[in-house]
Amino acid sequence: MKITEKWQAFRNSPRYEDRKGALIKTSKGVLMSVFRIILIIGIAYVILSPVIGIVSQSFFSDSDSANPMVFTIPMKPTLERYQGAWQELKYPTTLAWTLLYTVLNTVFQVLICSMAGYGFARFDFPLKKLMFACVVMMIVIPQHTIMLPQYMTFRSMELMRSQMPMYILSICGVGLRSGLYIYIFNQFFRGLPKEIEEAAFVDGAGTWYTYFRIMLVNAMPAVITVTVFSLVWQYNDMFYAKLFQIPNAQLLARQLSTLQSNVGANLKILNVSIQKLYVNAGVVLTILPILLIYLLLQKRFVEGVERSGIVG
Amino acid sequence: MKKLHVSMRTKRAFNGWMFILPWFIGFMLFYVRSLYQTVQFSLSELAVLPAGGYELDFVGLKNYITAFTGHGTFKQTLTTSLMNMVIDVPLIIFFSLFVAMLLNRKMKCRGLVRAIFFLPVLLNSEAISGTLSYAAQMMAGGLSSTSAEMAEAASSGSAVNMAYFIALFGEIALPTAVLDYIVGAVGRISDIIQASGVQIVLFIAALQSITPSMYEVAKIEGATGYETFWKVTFPMVMPHIITNTIYTIVDAFSQSEVVNLAYTTAFTESNYGLSSSFSVISTVITCTLLGVVVYLMSKKTFYYN
Repeated sequence: MKITEKWQAFRNSPRYEDRKGALIKTSKGVLMSVFRIILIIGIAYVILSPVIGIVSQSFFSDSDSANPMVFTIPMKPTLERYQGAWQELKYPTTLAWTLLYTVLNTVFQVLICSMAGYGFARFDFPLKKLMFACVVMMIVIPQHTIMLPQYMTFRSMELMRSQMPMYILSICGVGLRSGLYIYIFNQFFRGLPKEIEEAAFVDGAGTWYTYFRIMLVNAMPAVITVTVFSLVWQYNDMFYAKLFQIPNAQLLARQLSTLQSNVGANLKILNVSIQKLYVNAGVVLTILPILLIYLLLQKRFVEGVERSGIVG
Repeated sequence: MKKLHVSMRTKRAFNGWMFILPWFIGFMLFYVRSLYQTVQFSLSELAVLPAGGYELDFVGLKNYITAFTGHGTFKQTLTTSLMNMVIDVPLIIFFSLFVAMLLNRKMKCRGLVRAIFFLPVLLNSEAISGTLSYAAQMMAGGLSSTSAEMAEAASSGSAVNMAYFIALFGEIALPTAVLDYIVGAVGRISDIIQASGVQIVLFIAALQSITPSMYEVAKIEGATGYETFWKVTFPMVMPHIITNTIYTIVDAFSQSEVVNLAYTTAFTESNYGLSSSFSVISTVITCTLLGVVVYLMSKKTFYYN
């Protein structure tokens, strides 16, 4: 049989249609996934390109920054920028203060907001609906609306230029985006089965024991979600930091904003394009800690968001 | 001795109050009081005393009248901020829903990709962006950074002639308004991506919560991917779209120029009364906008439970 005849026979057989369908289907699938991968890589590039730029420039030496041939990869990489930025940011002490500030606030937020969320989710008490409406109001009204009275209050208490105002606000459950956290915890506790508590109650556990030893442990996904959000937002927040005039030496973000002039004044570097390289190194040093914390919590965070019913 | 009899229900109610008590005290002390004071400040002339503390002088609606008739930039800033918000919010919502659907599929290094898409939230710090733009400004010799960017774009952007493509789409009779919107959207794609980190995470969570049996039914009934999206996915995430819209609007507003203006008016020009009136006006507008949007959207929303 000639090859053309073979082909004709195959064409007329029912197997041909099957093969054709399968081929179209797989090629469609391949095309779609190629398209998807290209899109994802493209978007990821848009997100990453400024980061890549900042990181690579933080290694540039003087000659690299003057050399138009150097685009991303420095020819003579140097750690000088990091040394300078480290010194001018007073990195170890500032970082320690910043971490203290971030972590303490987060602990307060998680504790107070989870308590409030639990209270709303599991107990019936007078005025509950009205109180919960207040929580929603806290989410909806932008924080800047009440900045002036808060400023005046803490000024008259003589707590300005310290981290105290933020701690007080967090302990009182009205810190940075507390409304949102209460809402998240409320949604999550509502989704937990009532039987857990009933069992604890029958076994003679008190309300507080049940809450701290049983409910909070079961609410781990929500706790992780709120912890990550709170850490990241508190770390990056400049609004309250500026409002309460938290000293530069106690907050990396504040220290970073004066880095350029400090480099100019203290290291006697007058060329602005070289100053910018120090700023880049400072930015890297500033985002590194929070990035590490996020990467550590990342996996559990995404699972947490999926399970914590934020969206429910 | 007679033991005081307390019913189970009263006890539960008491415990419930104990749980929300810390928040409630703080809310009353620092929130309600501050809200009241903001309104009070906005109706007064406020003078800060050097000893700490302040003096109020009631002036009625004078600050509001000044805001709308006397102040140089407030009206303009407010409308620009609002317009930006109206343009950006739908784009952010649709973009983040789209990306969430992309990332929801099973694929290699999903964790890494998700971490990258959350990166803007980590980098979205005023300190970092402020510092970098300041550095860029110094580089341009104190010129405004926008003109520096334009010069850069003019020198390097010769590869793609945008005007030609715009004209091309104009030829096929796309309405100019739509075209402008799309061109604007493409121009701000970086901003939109930067602003949609949290929304993407929330949408991924929403997509995960849809029961797979819905998709099985759709598949058995022979629905195409397009139909499945509009008949299954979209209605199921609609409640979450509302949540996300609220979040996006509030977020966009708290980063807008109006807030900056209120801040500088208070702390640089020491005009506390006027600043409070700015805050009150912008808050009222945001809340009205939120109310309208949520009302319109919830009428179209299908609640599964």
